[in-house]
Amino acid sequence: MSQTEIDARRLLCPLPVIRTQDAAAGLQPGDILQVRCTDPGVLHDIPAWCRVHGHEVSLVDRREEEIIITIRIGESA
Amino acid sequence: MTEPRKAVALISGGLDSLLAARVVMDQGVHVEGINFYTGFCVEGHTHAIRKQDRAKPKRNNALWVAEQLGIKLHIIDIIEEYKDVVINPKHGYGSNLNPCLDCKIFMVHKALEWIAANGFDFIITGEVIGQRPKSQRKDTMPVVSRESGAEDLLVRPLCAKILPATLPEREGWLDRERLHDFSGRSRKPQIALARHYGFEDYAQPAGGCCFLTDRQYSVKLADLWETRGSREYDLDDIMLLKVGRHLRPRPNFKLIVGREEGENRFMEGYRKRFVHLVPVSHTGPLVLLDGDLEEGDLELAARLAARFSQGREAPHVTLEATGLDGETRLLDVIPMPASEIPPDWYI
Repeated sequence: MSQTEIDARRLLCPLPVIRTQDAAAGLQPGDILQVRCTDPGVLHDIPAWCRVHGHEVSLVDRREEEIIITIRIGESA
Repeated sequence: MTEPRKAVALISGGLDSLLAARVVMDQGVHVEGINFYTGFCVEGHTHAIRKQDRAKPKRNNALWVAEQLGIKLHIIDIIEEYKDVVINPKHGYGSNLNPCLDCKIFMVHKALEWIAANGFDFIITGEVIGQRPKSQRKDTMPVVSRESGAEDLLVRPLCAKILPATLPEREGWLDRERLHDFSGRSRKPQIALARHYGFEDYAQPAGGCCFLTDRQYSVKLADLWETRGSREYDLDDIMLLKVGRHLRPRPNFKLIVGREEGENRFMEGYRKRFVHLVPVSHTGPLVLLDGDLEEGDLELAARLAARFSQGREAPHVTLEATGLDGETRLLDVIPMPASEIPPDWYI
């Protein structure tokens, strides 16, 4: 199981979703992907993207200007 | 048991593509969605910028459609490749800088590449004959099929019965009789079909899903091209055209004036790339200066910026000006009266 972190700060949706999608494409089921973002739109869009692709959002850590979303890659990856 | 046929549906987030995908899913076809991000999409980030829009429920409509259908959605970044469509549209523009027909051809072509790479059989769009005056006409439908290279792998389930049969229909992958014959600008057949499937709360954007169909946006893009002497842009250029008031008092520079807190916050991210002004004696917006400033321009810009601050009626307003080297200086100016701002300075 691997852990990958990507930086999607200062990008506006849907670009953080696209970066998440591109990173997830190279991962295996059970791998962890952490996405660092600043656009509050990701709070809706990344979980929605995860639901349609069968991934699980395991943690949303919202700090002052930064949002870190932790995703566990699903079986259908 | 044989594997079901596989189709990719172009999902814009609107009702027509939602229905087109659903109609094909009804026939046992495995459908996944594809959504292209051009940089001009009204979707998503636009709502993130303006604070006044934050009160509205925000969602990515293409993802919402995928959830309603229970299908995967692949969002593809085509910002770079799309430039050629915007700059050199073979079939020309619509009423603004919207290259709708070239855009459709390009997206179907990208979908064709995608199905080849991913082992899918055909492509679905939500096009309806007569729905859009430029790109969705009976005579443009074969143009899209032919010039995209998709030919008869392109199925328009909402109007398929009034078009020649496609390969999936001829091969029996789709029952033509269970496709539709919608045409014209009326939305009633789509609304009835949505009701039949139980879809509610779907998006029906009045101006479409692309900023290039917006007159004001197109004027700003044309101004950008004209003043640069070249029809080029990057993502930051087209993002900044979506925010603020744009005023061009001189051919060599323009001001981008934040209209509210959300826009100011968004523009903060661009401060290091532009000479900029911030009122310090009064509350007021961040103002970015785009262009090469000549003597006297900074003072002129400061008087205009003061006009948009809370000190507009005050005898003097002090602003902090920051150069590209990060050096700051204070400017004390008389706010420009509204009557001295020619209307044609507003882009």
